[in-house]
Amino acid sequence: MIEISDLQVSYGQSQVIHGLSFKAEKNETLAIMGRNGMGKTTLFKSLMGVLPSKAAKATVDGKDISGQESYQRVASGLAYVPQGRMIFPSMTVLENIKTGMEKSATRDVPDDIYALFPVLFDMRNRKGGNLSGGQQQQLAIARALVTNPKVLLLDEPTEGIQPSIIKDIARVLNEIRKMREITIIVSEQVLSFTMEIADRIIVIDKGRFIHEDKRGDVDAAKIKGYLSV
Amino acid sequence: MFGYSMAEIGNIFVMQGFSGLSLFSVLLLMALGLAIIFGQMGVINMAHGEFMALGAYTTVLFSQLAVAFDLVNYYFVFAIIAAFIVAFVIGYLVEFGLIRHLYKRPLDTLLATWGLSLVMQQIFRSTFGAKEVSAELPAWLLGSFKPTEDIDIPINGVFVMGLAVVVTVGVLLFMFRSNWGLRVRATVQNRVMAGAVGINTKKVDRVTFALGCGIAGVAGAAFTTIASTGPTTGSLYIVDSFMVVVFGGAASVLGTIASAFGIAQAQSILQFFLTSSMGKVATLMTIVVILMMKPEGLFAAKLRK
Repeated sequence: MIEISDLQVSYGQSQVIHGLSFKAEKNETLAIMGRNGMGKTTLFKSLMGVLPSKAAKATVDGKDISGQESYQRVASGLAYVPQGRMIFPSMTVLENIKTGMEKSATRDVPDDIYALFPVLFDMRNRKGGNLSGGQQQQLAIARALVTNPKVLLLDEPTEGIQPSIIKDIARVLNEIRKMREITIIVSEQVLSFTMEIADRIIVIDKGRFIHEDKRGDVDAAKIKGYLSV
Repeated sequence: MFGYSMAEIGNIFVMQGFSGLSLFSVLLLMALGLAIIFGQMGVINMAHGEFMALGAYTTVLFSQLAVAFDLVNYYFVFAIIAAFIVAFVIGYLVEFGLIRHLYKRPLDTLLATWGLSLVMQQIFRSTFGAKEVSAELPAWLLGSFKPTEDIDIPINGVFVMGLAVVVTVGVLLFMFRSNWGLRVRATVQNRVMAGAVGINTKKVDRVTFALGCGIAGVAGAAFTTIASTGPTTGSLYIVDSFMVVVFGGAASVLGTIASAFGIAQAQSILQFFLTSSMGKVATLMTIVVILMMKPEGLFAAKLRK
């Protein structure tokens, strides 16, 4: 569904992502794990066209996305839930969701979104900025989902969120995959969360992929070793 | 007090208050456009006053046509629409040709738009002459109400106010009820993220800038009913308009309305009792003190950050 080869990203002179290549299939959840500062967020931002990048090949569903701006990548089927949620704080929950419906045929929020996140329906007229961290995270996921993505990117969805809600988010992500059969790429530092949702785990270190495992073959101790500071 | 009886003071307040309302209307229309542009892309448009003059000149041209074809009683509504369209289109072209290349250099936009204002002033001077021109007003805009013996309320003032209310309501509906408004507000709050949920932020910029200029054009049309238009008309209003935006709190329509009202009223009423410049000084001093206590302006959004 998404195929990237030899992706390079630099901040000025210093290169941060060194030729990453990966592929993720339809209905697959891929987790990218690594410590802080190893390039997870940079990778996601460059995939989304927020940061400039070079790649030998970048396609979503066979369509070339290199050179596209963010909003064109959304139209091509990428959706992004950034680190720190980045919802629009002074807009209502409903309006936040509607910002993602640029290309959608109707003006009404699809029912399945509220089925996934009942709390958003209850709070639809509240300002996004007044929601708790966990609720904001659900809002950010809902806003990404209404763009009808083929590939959903989530950057550290569990960061700063209480443990009981983390379980909820894992459940929701599994449900989304079952419902829509899309590709999910998630970056994480929490192994237990990753193990609940991912089919495949890749470890990133200093802008390079250094390890890859199917979920069944994961050696937890080894991955933890990569993640420890 | 100042040798006036209580009844006279009352009448003075009503009439000066009313002339303040006309000033309020023009300031409000100017400031709305400025606030939208500044809130959206952080561009301080020094040429905003010239877009107002553009609207005013458009209205004057229409009035000359109307005189030629004997349609003086009907042209004004069309002139307002034309003023909006002309300012909108020129604004669109200016954004496309100039402003969009300077988004990452805020100080340069200040300089560039100031230069643009000089260029536009000179174009006005070369085209229409340095002398002030005025529009031939339709009969229904002339004259005044006399609710009591001592109170005179000019009809053109009432008209300008009505126009300001209509435009303000229109802008509010546009910002808070339309899809375009949703895009604009999303871009204002987080440009990067707005792009990443699928909004074409560059297109939003262009339309927003053009819209702000279009509203300045409407302000210009309104302006022709209360004063005559010269090449430097716009630059006389730009400072007050900036003051309204800063005082009201950028990106808050309600704040812009409240601050335009406060500033216009204070100036108008104080100017009667003090001299014109002392009235301005007193208003400015008050604004400075209030801004020291509330640096974000009158109405800053209260939110968890």
